Amino acid sequence: MPDRPLKVLIAKPGLDGHDRGAKVLARGLRDEGFEVVYTGLRQTPDMVVTAALQEDVDVVGLSILSGAHMTLVPKVTAKLREAGMDDVLVVVGGIIPDDDVVALKELGVAATFGPGTTIAEVAEFLRANARQHA
Amino acid sequence: MAAGARFSTPTELVDAALAGDRLALARILTAVENRTPVAEAALRRLYPMAGKAHLVGITGPPGSGKSTLVSTLIGAVRAAGRPVAVVAVDPSSPITGGALLGDRVRMQAYTSDRDVFIRSMAARGHAGGLASTSTAAAAVLDAVGFDLILIETVGTGQSEVEVAAAADTTVVLEAPEMGDEVQAIKAGLLEVADIVVVNKGDRPGAQRTASQLRAMLVAVGRAGVRSTGRARPAAPDAAAERPKPKEPEVLVTTATTGAGVPELLASLDRHRARGREAGDSPARLARAEAQVWAILSDRLRADLHDPKHRDATDATMREVADHRLDPFAAADRLLAELR
Repeated sequence: MPDRPLKVLIAKPGLDGHDRGAKVLARGLRDEGFEVVYTGLRQTPDMVVTAALQEDVDVVGLSILSGAHMTLVPKVTAKLREAGMDDVLVVVGGIIPDDDVVALKELGVAATFGPGTTIAEVAEFLRANARQHA
Repeated sequence: MAAGARFSTPTELVDAALAGDRLALARILTAVENRTPVAEAALRRLYPMAGKAHLVGITGPPGSGKSTLVSTLIGAVRAAGRPVAVVAVDPSSPITGGALLGDRVRMQAYTSDRDVFIRSMAARGHAGGLASTSTAAAAVLDAVGFDLILIETVGTGQSEVEVAAAADTTVVLEAPEMGDEVQAIKAGLLEVADIVVVNKGDRPGAQRTASQLRAMLVAVGRAGVRSTGRARPAAPDAAAERPKPKEPEVLVTTATTGAGVPELLASLDRHRARGREAGDSPARLARAEAQVWAILSDRLRADLHDPKHRDATDATMREVADHRLDPFAAADRLLAELR
């Protein structure tokens, strides 16, 4: 089967209780032809990594609005590596200051998407950068 | 990349999965979903090791509480010390092919427990393919040691119902006050049920809904109305081999509190034991058929598209499109082409 859909995990790690953006993105990516696993609010890094592993996703998308990205994202990327998932693309959505964007990229985050990003832009980036299946 | 970075060959991948590596297991399941050569290599080795697990299909209308019940059921199974796997099927968009897989939202409690494995799967809309894919996925989970496999599907489309009905035990969920007795008679879902669960037992009317369903299902069973939904092609002598109508057990659960869930697990175990005593299982045969027919159809398609036959295939399809050839004659011609 050629052209199999890319599988994306949309997760909200941390304590912020606002997931409208994550839900809109999950639905939008579905409409772009992705298979989107949505896990809901208040995920620990362990929960995110377990879901990514069991679902064998191509992309992990973290939505963080709490400002805790510099605490949460390194834990997720480290645990993903530990679990052998270094071929999984990690992207972060939220309000991320420019200095932190640089730091996150050093941690292995492929891209950050701030306010005003369109779903089409996200979809295009994921298609261009996610691992390709044989 | 199909086998994943750490596993360079299908053999390594299968060895790792059998040794308990969950990423290897997840990658084999992806190969099964994508029907790749890796899946074939893995299944050739794993299939003979499977056949021990109890496959339970769980279906019902959206919002009846399937995912919540599955989550609570996982807790009951784990309390008994048994490993459990879940395959949660959600529909794919027929327009874009995308899917929103949201069943994990309600199954978060078991993150650190390696004897719980939850996998979401998009239906992907290939005709008849979903039953073969979920059956193959269950065989993989079975082979690596999951002895209870819950397959959760949305009871809205025919293919999803077929998946649930291909399980050893089919559980159909209903919510209280979802309709009167007439709904129960016409509802196709109930036809496939081995166990009917009225969930949301804390809502008013739950017990009444259960007794109405019980009365109706018993009456239907006694009257000998055909009540099986097994997905099998109708044979000319279908009436002769028409399976006996089921008289499903009707239970009441409250998935959010866990009330009635131990009873459901006990009922599942009883049904499993009865199936073992009976020996010959129509569900097992249905699963075998789903898989073999899917492989045959894939192979036929691949053969007709290989360079030797492709031009003839395309030309024949065009003749049918132009109504110069009828589709039956086209099929005859293509089959003759391969012989």
